[in-house]
Amino acid sequence: MPTWEYAPAPEARETARLRQSYGMFVNGEFTGGSGAASLKTVNPATEEVLAEVAVADQSDVDNAVAAARRAYQTVWGPMPGRERAKYLFRIARTVQERSRELAVLESLDNGKPIKESRDVDVPLAAAHFFYYAGWADKLAYAFSGPRPTGQGLGPDPRPLGVAGQVIPWNFPLLMAAWKLAPALAAGNTCVLKPAETTPLSALVLAEICQQAELPPGVVNVLPGAGDTGAAVVAHPDVDKVAFTGSTEVGKQIQRMAAGTRKRLTLELGGKAANVVFDDAPLDQAVEGIVNGIFFNQGHVCCAGSRLLVQESVYDELLDMLKRRLGTLRLGDPLDKNTDIGAINSAAQLARIRQLTEAGEAEGALRWSPACSLPDRGFWFPPTVFTGVSQAHRIAREEIFGPVLSVLTFRTPAEAVEKANNTPYGLSAGIWTEKGSRILWMAQRLRAGVVWANTFNRFDPSSPFGGYKESGFGREGGRHGLAAYLATDEEPVR
Amino acid sequence: MAPAAFADAVRDEATLRRFLHGLPGVDQVGAEARAAGLATRSIKKAAKVWALELAIRCVDLTTLEGADTPGKVRALCAKARRPDPADPSTPQVAAVCIYPDLVPTAVAGLAGSPVAVASVATAFPSGRASLRTKLADVADAVQGGASEVDMVIDRGAFLCGRYGQVYDEIVAVKEACGAAHLKVILETGELSTLDNVRRASWLALLAGGDFIKTSTGKVSPAATPPVSLVMLQAVRDFALSTGERRGVKLAGGIRAAKDAVRYLVMVREVAGEDWLDPGLFRLGASTLLNDLLLQRQKERDGAYSGPDYVTVD
Amino acid sequence: MTEPEPRLAVRKTYKLYLDGGFPRSESGRSYEVSTPDGQFLANAAQASRKDARDAVRAARKAVAGWSGATAYNRGQVLYRVAEVLEGRRAQFVAEVAASEGLTTAAAESRVDAAVDRWVWYAGWTDKIASVFGATNPVAGPYFDFSLPEPTGVVAVLAPQRSSLLGLVSVVAPVIAGGNTGVLLASEERPLPAITLGEVLATSDLPAGVVNVLTGRTAELAPWLASHRDVNGIDLCGAPPELATELERTAADTVKRVLRAPYGGEEPDWTTDPGTRRLTAFLEIKTVWHPMGI
Repeated sequence: MPTWEYAPAPEARETARLRQSYGMFVNGEFTGGSGAASLKTVNPATEEVLAEVAVADQSDVDNAVAAARRAYQTVWGPMPGRERAKYLFRIARTVQERSRELAVLESLDNGKPIKESRDVDVPLAAAHFFYYAGWADKLAYAFSGPRPTGQGLGPDPRPLGVAGQVIPWNFPLLMAAWKLAPALAAGNTCVLKPAETTPLSALVLAEICQQAELPPGVVNVLPGAGDTGAAVVAHPDVDKVAFTGSTEVGKQIQRMAAGTRKRLTLELGGKAANVVFDDAPLDQAVEGIVNGIFFNQGHVCCAGSRLLVQESVYDELLDMLKRRLGTLRLGDPLDKNTDIGAINSAAQLARIRQLTEAGEAEGALRWSPACSLPDRGFWFPPTVFTGVSQAHRIAREEIFGPVLSVLTFRTPAEAVEKANNTPYGLSAGIWTEKGSRILWMAQRLRAGVVWANTFNRFDPSSPFGGYKESGFGREGGRHGLAAYLATDEEPVR
Repeated sequence: MAPAAFADAVRDEATLRRFLHGLPGVDQVGAEARAAGLATRSIKKAAKVWALELAIRCVDLTTLEGADTPGKVRALCAKARRPDPADPSTPQVAAVCIYPDLVPTAVAGLAGSPVAVASVATAFPSGRASLRTKLADVADAVQGGASEVDMVIDRGAFLCGRYGQVYDEIVAVKEACGAAHLKVILETGELSTLDNVRRASWLALLAGGDFIKTSTGKVSPAATPPVSLVMLQAVRDFALSTGERRGVKLAGGIRAAKDAVRYLVMVREVAGEDWLDPGLFRLGASTLLNDLLLQRQKERDGAYSGPDYVTVD
Repeated sequence: MTEPEPRLAVRKTYKLYLDGGFPRSESGRSYEVSTPDGQFLANAAQASRKDARDAVRAARKAVAGWSGATAYNRGQVLYRVAEVLEGRRAQFVAEVAASEGLTTAAAESRVDAAVDRWVWYAGWTDKIASVFGATNPVAGPYFDFSLPEPTGVVAVLAPQRSSLLGLVSVVAPVIAGGNTGVLLASEERPLPAITLGEVLATSDLPAGVVNVLTGRTAELAPWLASHRDVNGIDLCGAPPELATELERTAADTVKRVLRAPYGGEEPDWTTDPGTRRLTAFLEIKTVWHPMGI
């Protein structure tokens, strides 16, 4: 019986319309900025340089914030909500129209499979803009209670001013949408710093803002590394800071903002527990586990990186899981049949390796399906550690890679205790056919997002965010607006 | 009878019921999502041609109409032997599937070819008749020369929870089949839930069915991706527990080659490569064959084909 | 340069918009529509009670699909309607100016407001549940939530005077919430309603979600108010002398009623519509589920 090889099914790279160099986007124009520095962004699947990108220094940050302030005071702030809505609606539509280009570009720059960027990242990004476009002219309906009035801006809740926003490399376009859409809908202007290794889709999004005729200065995009981000969030004329990234950097930002009047929201790391009970719909639970930790190569803050299996169903579930992992296809991110793409950078690969070596050293048992890794690029096979306990580093520290740690439990109370036994609190999964237990568990899990009989589901109308060291503030939904509007207790300028 | 691993489970109806109800549940939304994910596989070029040819080889070319005549069946047999008269390299289908009274016509029409004669039986499609009548129906088919029998389960009994009765009927039909292989039609559209599909699949496998089959094709919905997923999982799990490989036949509503290829992907990634064979996988269809031929022509010639280049049977 | 030859315009025939298509009235009747100062504009179809019956049937058939679509999907369809509406701006400006006896500038401001109003409602579809739903902290180990759901088929008597902005303001909230509608256009100013039907027919709105009848309000409204398969009725365009009687008739099946404006004065359509028209045709469903291991 000959085996059936799926022929290569690559997306055409040309669709991404890659340029040799990209400028930063300030005050409605693409510029080389001060020209002080540039970075080369690399395709993690092949290590080839994709493009050169201008890096923003302090003077560029100053210019961008000034442009954002001007736009806020003279154009965007006074603009009626129904007009802001239509700009956001245009951006959403254009993201849809250019979806294929954006998906291919995202896979080239980030390393994620085209199947994901096409079916998840880009559609969700468009959806976020649509969703928040609809709030721009309904802010008065978003929250109950008396409206803070004053400053002649009408009955709507007031925006904060200029938002400084720093986003990570794992969902570059989607994170840009999560930040820009609610901020703009609420009437703020933005200075966005995309991640060092994945600047391109944010810059194309800036181009889309131009196509939408968004007034200059309303959105500014400043590529760069950590110091650019630090300059953005620390800038004295930034009213609102929104950061998604590591817990470590989040803490630094929170320290920096102390004593200032900057409003802050943080979306940080996680070490989510995916809890499988013995009465779980097992085939779907396996899909949920696989999706939970191997979707996006595990580069997901809410990844289900700890599998908590009820001991009575452990053997059966692990057998099914290992069989299922044997059908995952690792390889060229541009191939439509690829399930697992490249690790985003050499640095991230090193970190994953370091932690998995620690896992083995601490006595956990490591397993991966048979998997050939391409010669060039940054790759890590899907990996499962069994025999893990809460004390192991691989059970406590966020690996941010395709590595699953498996622990067991006996009772629901024990599952809750183990699931909550972490400084993180971003998400959790519950697998059981029993509705009451889902709700009992959901009530007790200290996590901002609880998925029952599913995992990694996102929607612009559904608030997302963490407890504890996974951060604070919510993105998405009505609650996601709150981060970008003023309340009486903290009056703005 | 039931394989040794499950002899206990079938000892009486109450035990059988506990076994079937103790199988893991199926989350409908999750199953649909998995099926949809498998449908995003992109099968091109040589892989596509391979799949199209396998699909042709897995077709049970079917006519099950009140208006069927010997002439119609003879034409179907001719097509089964030589699906594309302009291209002798085209594979033959697996079987022809007809009503029991037309079995002798089909046997004559397929004489000398490896294409099998499959007959529906057991008061197809409704199954609403006495067991005596249903077994007589099977006897007609087998005596007429059918090498495959497609029976229907008693859905009324199943939905009432009379699993023992359903089980016993399948066992009796299997015995009446003699050497003929038995496909058990679950009529998944009437079973309604994926949990029922899983239970009925296991019931049919325990009772000795060689194949489990989705539908009669007379009720909609018939074969759907989530239903097919659950049935493929059942044969996979059954094989893992007993070492016995049983087959899956998807029938009803599969008209496009694209869907047939998607199902082959599902077979491969859910059950395994061993099931990519007409001995373990069939597609019950009539118009599908022509679409498979058209797509095969397109791959061969590099241009889209049209209805004039395939035969009407 | 020679004088251009005089050219005769091809006049549009105004039919009903029913179940996604444009049939004539089954009665074969029509009536004259003129500008406010008496100039002939067109013959509009004069719908009969049977057309109304067919419209309700079409609306009912469309309920499962439309209310079962995701809120996001409904929003996308409504945005598309706004795009097509905007694309036909010039046509609507001409039609509204003629129907209402307005200057071009005044008609333009009505049409622009109508497009923006439609966009406003498009953005509501996926916010209704968050704003009008709730989880309820009952005193016991139960998860308790309340969800707004569409009531079903809503009959809408469009305002008599505002032929587009008012029309949009009464029909958009009905369908944004997931209901389907049978819309009875203004008797004297029905033409923009039919042109709106053309917009809806080309904007991915499924057949039957909106059905537009033109004709005599006094003849048709009672049939809609009494129809047992209509779940709600907006009496905005009801003639004042008929409004109370219609409300009484609606009580026979306990329909959800949006009353005619008090004193018969049409509201100022340019102000913030509020959420009354959204919530009038939503049911609140509350669900309880225990929480326990």
